[in-house]
Amino acid sequence: MSLNESASAIFSESPGKIALRTLARDKRSWISLSILGTIILLALFAPLYAHIIAKTDPFASTLNATITLHGKTISVLEPSTTGLGLGVTPIGPTWNIHKYFLGADGQGRDVMARLLYGSRNTLFIGTSAGLITIILSLLIGLIAGYRRGWVDAVLSRILDVIWAFPVYLLAISLSVVLLTSGLKIGFLHFGPGSMALPITIIGVVYIPYVARPIRGQVLAMREREFVRAAVGTGAKHSTIVFREILPNVMPAVLVFIPIMIALSMLTESALSFLSIGVQPPSASWGTIINDGLALLYTRPIVALAPGLMIVLTAAALNLYGDAVRDALDPKTRARGD
Amino acid sequence: MLSFVAKRFSAMIFVLVSISILVFLIFFATPGVDPAARIAGRNADQQTLMQVRASFELDKPLPARYLSMMKHLFVTQDLTSYVNRGAKVLPQLFQAIPATLSLVVGAALIWLFVGIFLGVFAASSKRKWIDPTISVLGIIGISLPVYWLGEVVNLITQSKLHNSVFKWVPALGYVSLTANPWQWFLHLLFPWLTLALLYAGIYIRVLRSEILGVMKEDYIKTERAKGASEKRILYKHATRMSLITIVSLFGLDFGALVGGSALLTEVVFGIQGVGKLTFDSLQNFDLPVIMATVMYASFFVVFMNALVDIVYAVLDPRVRRV
Repeated sequence: MSLNESASAIFSESPGKIALRTLARDKRSWISLSILGTIILLALFAPLYAHIIAKTDPFASTLNATITLHGKTISVLEPSTTGLGLGVTPIGPTWNIHKYFLGADGQGRDVMARLLYGSRNTLFIGTSAGLITIILSLLIGLIAGYRRGWVDAVLSRILDVIWAFPVYLLAISLSVVLLTSGLKIGFLHFGPGSMALPITIIGVVYIPYVARPIRGQVLAMREREFVRAAVGTGAKHSTIVFREILPNVMPAVLVFIPIMIALSMLTESALSFLSIGVQPPSASWGTIINDGLALLYTRPIVALAPGLMIVLTAAALNLYGDAVRDALDPKTRARGD
Repeated sequence: MLSFVAKRFSAMIFVLVSISILVFLIFFATPGVDPAARIAGRNADQQTLMQVRASFELDKPLPARYLSMMKHLFVTQDLTSYVNRGAKVLPQLFQAIPATLSLVVGAALIWLFVGIFLGVFAASSKRKWIDPTISVLGIIGISLPVYWLGEVVNLITQSKLHNSVFKWVPALGYVSLTANPWQWFLHLLFPWLTLALLYAGIYIRVLRSEILGVMKEDYIKTERAKGASEKRILYKHATRMSLITIVSLFGLDFGALVGGSALLTEVVFGIQGVGKLTFDSLQNFDLPVIMATVMYASFFVVFMNALVDIVYAVLDPRVRRV
């Protein structure tokens, strides 16, 4: 290809289109998207599995249920035979899709059904919290970076303070308090069991991690010739921000999306694991790991299965994040990272 | 340089004061939260509540209570717990710090050693499998929930295999270094490896991409033109330059871990460190203890941040003007 042709090939396509094409050619994006797609499908099929295939209520404890397996009647919760003989040992995995595929938890609930319902909550909370972080950070970054002066000073100081507050400590403190008081945003009131609590908390604590780099970019962008030119032609502030600056910080924002969703998801499951996230009888992957803690040495699958789901989902999201980053910034690719 | 340090220091104080106010507001000023009701118990009558409020100074206005708490925490250092009346908070905190430091410092040594060693190796090697392997390691590092990994480690070392292969692994808990150094080591070995596994992958990846980035710089080309050997360029120039990034990354990670991220690891392995202390006091709303641990934690984060900035300024004079 001559120099002329390659130059025209570059200029004939928008950067967005080039990025999309690179992404579509990337093996990593297909691997991660198919993993994520499968997990989302499984989550969508949760009610179908619980009500039609396994015919079980994943939220009700069934302390003296029995099932028939290979012609024998087995109770779901057997009195414990190890240690002091206290407590119960739930039924282990039957690997039979119609009853207790992954066994039961300490309250005799079907672990598979809870796992599927749990994926809905974890995915929903992770995605909403991640997007809230991104949207608020973009807003703060644009305002602080564009207005500069005292507005920037105030916003940056606030970000500094939240940034220095250890993130898990802040999330845990907020969760403990809001679980007793509930949360009021304007006329909306969320009770202690509401998903809005972990979503809001996780969405807020990570803002400095995204808002600081975006502010930096906007600040740098404001000095660039094309923005100065727009200012010089007397363009309105809103035009400059939305038509000139926003499109140029978008690549950085897009890269953050999968990473922040993964991070939010991990945080949700950590909070739920500490029993200050999703509240029972609702399930999330974190709460199921917590349920499995007491059964770790007798029925390890209860804690292992949701953990594997978390790792798989987070890894897929991060892998996709890598692919998106490389597609949007070919320079990092050349660096061999 | 001195004015840079002074500026950084005053910013540090500002952030710490703000955090103490924020913690105080979260626990005392959130509408619907009544610490007195928490202390008095579920079915306390009105009279008991009044008594509790008077005895814990909860009937005074917020600013007065904040100042009194800060005075007891920093000046007279005799802040007492709400739950175990009379128990001083600071001795509890100082007793917990060695456990957290042991956990984090030990893990950090492992991941730094592994990370730098493998990072340099990965950057110098041209083998084909290196690239995807490093990516996978890095992704695993940021995708594994530490508490779950800890559970898996416990399952392996404390369950069925505990009677054979892992007979030498002690039960969960913490033994102080001064009491019994060997037991201290044995108790912390698996918590260290768990924590180090998460960070080592990230460090390998970052170091490698940094080294490869530096290798493209002009001054490396100059070195080559001068006839320096590839070995000398890699170790003397590229690795040394890239370690600056690792130092700053390490400062932030170390501060965050000592400052609270180690909480989950401590809870899972039953280590009585600051994180466990914080978590236990959060469960029963023991606000003086929470205030002390959060102040300690944020101090660590803020201090490490400032240290990283100053080290950076020493290494790179351009930063000082900002």
